[in-house]
Amino acid sequence: MRFIVRRLAFYLLAFWVSITLNFLLPRFMPGDPVTRMFAQAANKMQPHQIEQLRQLFGLDERPIWQQYLSYVQNIFTGQMGVSISRFPTPVSEVIGSQIGWTLLLGGTALVIAVVIGNLLGILAAWRRGGVLDSVFPPILVFVGSFPYFWLAMAALYLFGVVLGWFPIRHAFDAGMTPELSWTFLSSIATHLFLPALTIVLVSIGGWMLGMRNTMIATTAEDYILMAEAKGLTNNRIMFRYAARNAMLPSVTAFGMSFGFIVGGALLTEVVFAYPGVGYQLLAAVQGLDYPLMQGIFLTITAAVLVANFLVDIVYVRLDPRVRVS
Amino acid sequence: MSVTTPSETVALATPDDPATAPASGRRPRRGLIRGILGNRKAAFGAAVLLLFGVVALAAPLLAPGNPSLITAIASQPPSLEHLFGTTAKGQDILALTMHGARTSLLVGFVVGAAATLVGLLVGVASAYFGWVIDDLLSLVTNVFLLIPGLPLLVILAAFLPPGIGTVVVVLIITGWAGSARVLRSQALSIRSKDFVAAAVVTGEHPLRIMFREILPNMASIVMSTFLACVIFGIGAQAGLEFLGLGDASVVSWGTNLYWASNDGALFTGAWWAFVPSGLCIALVAFALAMVNYAVDEVTNPRLRTTKKGRTRA
Repeated sequence: MRFIVRRLAFYLLAFWVSITLNFLLPRFMPGDPVTRMFAQAANKMQPHQIEQLRQLFGLDERPIWQQYLSYVQNIFTGQMGVSISRFPTPVSEVIGSQIGWTLLLGGTALVIAVVIGNLLGILAAWRRGGVLDSVFPPILVFVGSFPYFWLAMAALYLFGVVLGWFPIRHAFDAGMTPELSWTFLSSIATHLFLPALTIVLVSIGGWMLGMRNTMIATTAEDYILMAEAKGLTNNRIMFRYAARNAMLPSVTAFGMSFGFIVGGALLTEVVFAYPGVGYQLLAAVQGLDYPLMQGIFLTITAAVLVANFLVDIVYVRLDPRVRVS
Repeated sequence: MSVTTPSETVALATPDDPATAPASGRRPRRGLIRGILGNRKAAFGAAVLLLFGVVALAAPLLAPGNPSLITAIASQPPSLEHLFGTTAKGQDILALTMHGARTSLLVGFVVGAAATLVGLLVGVASAYFGWVIDDLLSLVTNVFLLIPGLPLLVILAAFLPPGIGTVVVVLIITGWAGSARVLRSQALSIRSKDFVAAAVVTGEHPLRIMFREILPNMASIVMSTFLACVIFGIGAQAGLEFLGLGDASVVSWGTNLYWASNDGALFTGAWWAFVPSGLCIALVAFALAMVNYAVDEVTNPRLRTTKKGRTRA
């Protein structure tokens, strides 16, 4: 329990740091991007919207601590200003309508990569020097060397444009209305396939090698020898004895890599015009939409922190040692 | 730089470990370097890196003039005249790729070196001083490690004035935490060794203990952290530039991809516009990763594949 409370406090602190960073950036950065933004967008905004944005970006003449307090209050009540690129939708609404797609893409890709990568790692370590151990790692490391977005471009070009096997943009066919029907869900799945595949390909090598190296250390343990001496079946030793103990670093890495995957998913979305926050992020960058950029940053940070907290809870369940100390 | 105490490597050494077995660990670093050079992965990686380095340095000679200038008919596939084809604007892609190597490699290595240095200072200081300083530095490290990198990169790069300098600074800010964590845990295990305690008792200066006693014993992990940071730097720079957050007028692999994507190379079938730069990023990252694995294998005999004839006695 103490462990959980400590972690929770840590995540709250991390979130506070991100909020504060968000607060400080527009106020202390050289140059004045915010003024540029206002010059571009002010003529189409209502006076109260301008006032709200001025407050968020520190253009009102209040003392800094007052600005800070009201900023934190605004964030926690979900008031992150109006989006410039999607004017006049509020930032929270823009993000809310799109974060689901990002989580779907990132989550699917992460789970697939973790399951397959770890399985490959277990098998490779179990048969040291076998085909799986000698052929796969170099290939996967090479594929993993490509930037997420480049592999997405290549897949889009090859399977989408040239071969035409998969749709090349959006999350479902144009003209479809979201509903819980077979055709709609399969449309989502075919649109999800390529983006998820590219993220899986880039990230799977890391999982495999990480698992392989921990497994190698685990298989040298005495209890593995003991299990063999008892005459247990190979599969049982591999999965119930060795892999189970080698899993722990992977569990920790799962939480950490959530941030990387979402980051990679952002760029992948840009390539596939997938309607998640990443695609919106590009629009925000191009449209000097600072409120939206900051909102996306905070939302993703919050999502990553929550994911890590959930992983911690699972970790306590898995590893009795953290419960004792 | 000589190693003050060989106890660390000797303790880890197994009889067939070429890095330490000869001369009973008296000068293990020479063995380490020879071990790395004799490794097939490392030799491959070093050769690729060398090739890219030479091309980057010689780019103004190989492809004289400004590569961004429009010199040919637009959107030509690879031909004898333009080996990599031309962009939708009519620039020679081979020239763009070679000049792009200059910026990309420079940024990658500068970011790698700086991020490793920051990580090293934080990691070693935190391991050496312990207590409150360790708690504080670890806390900062973990917070930076947890905040998702790409969104943070984006908001930092968006608010700073555009340019290569910004990209470098932003990448260092987001990249140092990972190395700090790895280096701290390694430094921590060395900190608890007797020879460090002896140095403390003899009254050596903290800076001297950190840099002359602890640091030399973690040379291999510093090396692999550096390589990982370079990979991060090159990839993240490309990502930022692809989003249009770099300086679009500077030629680099990332901006090449940005323009290829902006000019719709994917949909006009101009695969030659985006393949070279991406392939270069991947090759460099792969070569760095290979050198990294070689360092790992040489310093950690357990990971070495035990094939016949490959273990050198």
